Amino acid sequence: MTEIQSLEKRFQDRIDNEERIEPRDWMPEKYRKTLIRQISQHAHSEIVGMLPEGNWITRAPNLRRKLGLIAKVQDEAGHGLYLYSACETLGISRDEVLDQLHTGKAKYSSIFNYPTLTWADIGAIGWLVDGAAILNQVPICRCSYGPYARAMVRVCKEESFHQRQGYEIMLALANGTPEQKEMAQDALNRWWWPSLMMFGPSDSESTHSAQSMAWKIKRFSNDELRQRMVDMTKPQADILGLTIPDPDLKWNDEKGMHDFGEIDWGEFWAVVKGDGPCNKERLAARVKAHEDGQWVRDAAVAYSEKQEARKAATDTTQVA
Amino acid sequence: MKYVLQLADNAMILGQRLAEWCGHGPILEQDIAITNISLDLIGEARVLYQYAAEIEGGGKTEDDYPYKRDVRDWRNLLLVEQPNGHFGYTIVRQFMFDCYHYFHLKAMADSKDERLAVIAKKTIKEATYHLKYSSEWMIRLGDGTEESRSKMQEALDDRIRFFDEAFIPSKLENDESLKGIAVDCLSIRDAAWTKFTEVCNTATLTIPEVKFPQKGGKDGMHTEHLGFILAELQFLQKSYPNSNW
Amino acid sequence: MQNWPLYEVFIRSKNGLSHKHVGSLHAADADMAITNARDVYTRRKEGVSIWVVESKDIKASNPEDSEALFDPAEDKVYRHPTFYDLPDALEHM
Repeated sequence: MTEIQSLEKRFQDRIDNEERIEPRDWMPEKYRKTLIRQISQHAHSEIVGMLPEGNWITRAPNLRRKLGLIAKVQDEAGHGLYLYSACETLGISRDEVLDQLHTGKAKYSSIFNYPTLTWADIGAIGWLVDGAAILNQVPICRCSYGPYARAMVRVCKEESFHQRQGYEIMLALANGTPEQKEMAQDALNRWWWPSLMMFGPSDSESTHSAQSMAWKIKRFSNDELRQRMVDMTKPQADILGLTIPDPDLKWNDEKGMHDFGEIDWGEFWAVVKGDGPCNKERLAARVKAHEDGQWVRDAAVAYSEKQEARKAATDTTQVA
Repeated sequence: MKYVLQLADNAMILGQRLAEWCGHGPILEQDIAITNISLDLIGEARVLYQYAAEIEGGGKTEDDYPYKRDVRDWRNLLLVEQPNGHFGYTIVRQFMFDCYHYFHLKAMADSKDERLAVIAKKTIKEATYHLKYSSEWMIRLGDGTEESRSKMQEALDDRIRFFDEAFIPSKLENDESLKGIAVDCLSIRDAAWTKFTEVCNTATLTIPEVKFPQKGGKDGMHTEHLGFILAELQFLQKSYPNSNW
Repeated sequence: MQNWPLYEVFIRSKNGLSHKHVGSLHAADADMAITNARDVYTRRKEGVSIWVVESKDIKASNPEDSEALFDPAEDKVYRHPTFYDLPDALEHM
């Protein structure tokens, strides 16, 4: 066995023993790269995800909803920040990963490339998109990479109010006027399929899955989680009195789970590749915020350097 | 009650303005910070609107005031309805408001109206933090790079005419019936200006001379901006009246 | 222009407990790091005191030395109270 092989074997043994890997531990280069890709994508998704919802902050229908929504979108900024920090422990700076986002090299969750057209979309996103995100994220709390797992624990703790907030918005609409109920149904119609797409390509198509499972970065397959989402959400839709827009959706007694229709994979890949309804706007908004903020970030550094220099100058005079 | 609304409207409109930053801040950490201030202010507005609704009675709710009044009934300062502009404009507006807000709340803590006094005592903790935050950023950006100084000076030159309105008593504030309840805003002017001048000096910014301060907000005379703010703020309640959300 | 440096954040959740590492963030200087930490890591009243330290100022032990550093403590069982055999009847000890 070569030295690298023995290192890799020891590494895999530690993972198999459910030991956590920490930043300064030896790790295979591919493990590091996979994590950087996944954590930064995850962080970008939180940040880009602020846009479709942030859209509705100024239009929220009452003060209680407004405060709740601001706090939620703010949490997403926080989550992005925790994740960027976890990413940085792998030896890549936040600026580098942001650069990958801004140049279109890095991906983020495609769900945020769909537009928020009505207030009900804010409810649907909280209910479905955050619901899907929680299913994806809870297993990552046990991810083999320590900093990522710890960031996820924090995220999941905070995220629990998001889904409840979304469902409560849907509940108010579903129990409201006929117009409001229609608004809620319309939002469910538009967000249902994109939410199922959030779990990624089907297992047979997924390129990174097997290795990520072996490394315990991933604990469940895309299709397993997607099935859970359907089984979990159907009864919730029933309580709302809303219909999930899938004629093939029905309970399968034999399997003890729901059967459901086929995702439009053509649309899935189109949005991933940049041809969704809002890809360009989302990226442009992020790039603009970053570029407009350059002078602010520069000024803060310049000020801090001046302060250091002033302090050094007074220290010297005091000594003299 | 109109006096309570005047206080609430300031916090409401500035909170709404700051919330526009959410998702667009110059760096993630500041995005979160600005949003925190927004939450504080809208929270303050909410408590005050609740109080106004109790005074007025007749089934009024906290939402009736922000969501159902038109421009001429709003009592906020012109300063808070001014657009965000670049980050420097937002910081200058925030700092001016904080200079007023902090000293105003300090005085309001002694109001004969117990409820206002209690609200002031709670809110002043937040306002203290806001003033610290905006002062630090005034200095950091004023005394940062050449570019940042000129941007801050530009913002200060443009917005200074809105600063003094806060300290010019309106008819309402001068009303005999509010004596001891409302803050004598003229009495806090010196303290606020002292703080303002001190920070501007440290920030190496020049305070421009104001020949003609803009005012009228407290009497319902606004700039054109407020109409657009309300159009967004009230859109859902106006399009779908009598609905629960 | 260079980027804002990275700071590590430690928070005391209540008096009587130690500061605990909670994560990191970027700031132009230490004062800003404290302010940012307040906004980022204590939004839900998670703290009563904050420490920040620039990440580059932390010297960490090398994981490759961990056997030499930590394993020798493993067989020093006499440092633990259970190492000492005493009669069961004995109380308050």
